[in-house]
Amino acid sequence: MADETLFLLLHSEMVAGLYRAAEQGEGENGRCTTKLESMGFRVGQGLIERFTKDTARFKDELDIMKFICKDFWTTVFKKQIDNLRTNHQGIYVLQDNKFRLLTQMSAGKQYLEHAPKFLAFTCGLIRGGLSNLGIKSIVTAEVSSMPACKFQVMIQKM
Amino acid sequence: MSRPPGRKQDSQKISRELFVLTYGALVAQLCKDYEKDEDVNTCLDRMGYAIGIRLIDDFLARSSVKRCRSYSETADMIAQVAFKMYLGVTPSVSCSSAAGNEFSLILDKNPLVDFVEELPAERASLCYCNLLCGVIRGALEMVHLAAEVTFLQDRLKGDAVTEIGITFLRKAEDRKHRRNK
Repeated sequence: MADETLFLLLHSEMVAGLYRAAEQGEGENGRCTTKLESMGFRVGQGLIERFTKDTARFKDELDIMKFICKDFWTTVFKKQIDNLRTNHQGIYVLQDNKFRLLTQMSAGKQYLEHAPKFLAFTCGLIRGGLSNLGIKSIVTAEVSSMPACKFQVMIQKM
Repeated sequence: MSRPPGRKQDSQKISRELFVLTYGALVAQLCKDYEKDEDVNTCLDRMGYAIGIRLIDDFLARSSVKRCRSYSETADMIAQVAFKMYLGVTPSVSCSSAAGNEFSLILDKNPLVDFVEELPAERASLCYCNLLCGVIRGALEMVHLAAEVTFLQDRLKGDAVTEIGITFLRKAEDRKHRRNK
């Protein structure tokens, strides 16, 4: 779909633009990740509101996570999460074997070190979504081989 | 727990909202990063340009349109095919110069500002949708059409409509070597 292209291009340009600006200025890469994450957070909050407008109330935490993996992921990234694992104590691992925002890069090891830049926004997206559903969390991501990645969600008990 | 039907159109709408919200977050972030509105505008334009030079490939692949034979045809193409495809709106086109190289795209509805009420007072000269200018400029450049694209009117600034001005920089005669568009 055409909208999707726009989003993909905007996202990669956002990442590139922020890092370019940081290189010219202070050069703190950590701040860029934070910025991307907080942008994702805002977007996640907004999206989940529109999204859950007409849906039934969620049963529990797991139900919410399933919703994120299926409906939310399908709308945003055009596919479901491939694998959801949990230790039933507040840690969830979402595995995507072909993550949409990484598929445009070479699948080899060459750009592996740059991959985290392209995950920060999505981490925020998940965190923002969950936060508006009343779950406080910490989301981190890791990539071991290129188009696949894992998001780890740690629920903060309030 | 069955989810209500009608998800399909919903998901298409949300997909566009994702783009609009992301763009909003980007502008908000840039406003935090840069004090001067001009810097934000430049930054948006540059990002748009980088998007445009790639978007044109996607556009040509998707639309399989024929070559345009005149500037007015190109302007119509941008309005009726490109805007329709990517933003779901069709601006009206008017030619504003006798030389036939200046066009205006007039948008009654601008999806990019769906969630924007007004600009804050201290950001009076911010061009919220400046990304669009960059995108159009970048895309045109990739089909060998140098152009200047600016916002002439903006609803967010209190004008009645949103108007994007496109000025093609080369004269109509020396377009012989133009590539496909």
